[in-house]
Amino acid sequence: MSDYLILSKVGKVYPSPKGPAIVVKNFDLSIKKGEFVTLIGHSGCGKSTVLSMVAGLTNVTSGGIILAGKELVGPGPDRGVVFQSPCLLPWLTAYENVMLGVDQVFYTASKEERHQIVEFYLSVVGLSESMQKRPSELSQGMRQRVGIARAFALSPKMLLLDEPFGMLDSLTRFELQQVLIELWRRDKKTALMVTHDVDEALFLSDRIVMMTNGPEAEVGDILEVNFPRPRERKAVMEHPDYYKLREHLIEFLEVHAHKKQKHSHAEGSNNSGVGQTPVPVSRMELPVNT
Amino acid sequence: MKNGFKLDWLVLPMIGVVAVLVLWMITSSTISKELPSPGKTWESSKPYLQQPFEKRGEMDQGILRFTWYSLVLVAKGYAIALILGTPLGFMLGLSKVFTKAFDPIIQVLRPVSPLAWLPLGMVLFAGAKSGVSEMAALFTIAVCSMWPTVLNTAVGVRAVPQDFLNVAKVLKLSRTKTLFKVLIPATMPYMFTGFRLSLGIAWLVIVAAEMLTGRPGIGGFLWQEYNALVYEHIILCILTIGIVGFILDRLMSVVEKRFKVA
Repeated sequence: MSDYLILSKVGKVYPSPKGPAIVVKNFDLSIKKGEFVTLIGHSGCGKSTVLSMVAGLTNVTSGGIILAGKELVGPGPDRGVVFQSPCLLPWLTAYENVMLGVDQVFYTASKEERHQIVEFYLSVVGLSESMQKRPSELSQGMRQRVGIARAFALSPKMLLLDEPFGMLDSLTRFELQQVLIELWRRDKKTALMVTHDVDEALFLSDRIVMMTNGPEAEVGDILEVNFPRPRERKAVMEHPDYYKLREHLIEFLEVHAHKKQKHSHAEGSNNSGVGQTPVPVSRMELPVNT
Repeated sequence: MKNGFKLDWLVLPMIGVVAVLVLWMITSSTISKELPSPGKTWESSKPYLQQPFEKRGEMDQGILRFTWYSLVLVAKGYAIALILGTPLGFMLGLSKVFTKAFDPIIQVLRPVSPLAWLPLGMVLFAGAKSGVSEMAALFTIAVCSMWPTVLNTAVGVRAVPQDFLNVAKVLKLSRTKTLFKVLIPATMPYMFTGFRLSLGIAWLVIVAAEMLTGRPGIGGFLWQEYNALVYEHIILCILTIGIVGFILDRLMSVVEKRFKVA
């Protein structure tokens, strides 16, 4: 299959008093149609910036992004975004929050059809009982379910998830990962997710893109995750490759954590240490641009 | 002890009222012989309180009837203030250019007293065939009371969380839809704080407006009774104005709270 989303030499530079701050530099990534790709890296490494650029909420300084053969300009409902905080409008009910986007995308559909779309997605995420509730009456996990329903109900070309489960407790997180993966399988959506949870990345993704630390963050390493689908959490965790892959991810993140410290604390002292360790190039690495 | 605590809300305010009454009594019998005592004020105010809707003459009417005239005038002026002030606040909140252009002049006009605006209103509407004094009064109330609405709305618009704006952007909502579905509901609590403060000022201005125009109403009555040397009624008017203002403020804060939750 051909590449569906292509990020080509994408860069982001913010002006700052000390001169331009380069957040992301030469970021290359291609995602195939129907693929689930995760960006992982330390907080502040610029992974959310990359997602935000794909969403069109942040301008690209250099390079370009192509989705389904067209260059992206600005935000739009062809990309369903699930934000870290659910970002529901508190004065609208769950139903109305989802309907807001559906009205926008399916303006040619009849009222009844739109109603069915909203109802369908809310019931798929398990909220058929709470459709008429306002966000203040819903738990954090339920709010994020609405957020997921809203993104899917737009029937977007792709899904963008910015640490969607970062604010949830681990039990709720497991539940929602399950909800997400089932919806994703049903709709065959291309998805790009940002996370710093290694297990979440392994459970959900086809590929995991590890980002180096900012400033000037770029693709550090890419890990292919070949667990059979449909996936079940227990089976995935018991898979013989699971801990090898997990180890690899954590090693990468640890190396970069130390690098970061070295960078900020001891510029001068160049004695041996983890900071010097080269990034391990694994067997599983894929060429970035195919 | 237990009982005393339970009655706090009743007993303590009573102590305050009694203290003021005593102070008033002492003042009227020592320093200022002209000041009517509480007893005399009560005696003289009785007909106005017992027949609150009585109309004995243009400037001799029951206290609630006067209050009603004033409230109607305030309601009109206040409505004008909100109709003009809210959009102005939105423009200030949305546009940096607009803010830079108009914020300085607003800051200069804001502290001007109603006593200064009223004569200008009279001049402004001098050409009108009738109702000059009413229009001047409305102008004064509107101009003086709209600033809290303008400024609070502007602050509210600037404080709309980026998250909500991102939702609007991602869904590509049209400008009108963004305004009605996102901006206005998100600004509501700030707007209502502004509305409440504006109402307070509108009621404050009414006395000045009626005094200068001589319109029948609670402020006009106050000024007339001062000129007629019936000082008891000045105190009656002051108390009425205070109580009405208090009730208006309470009512508005009930409305305000409803919007805070939503």
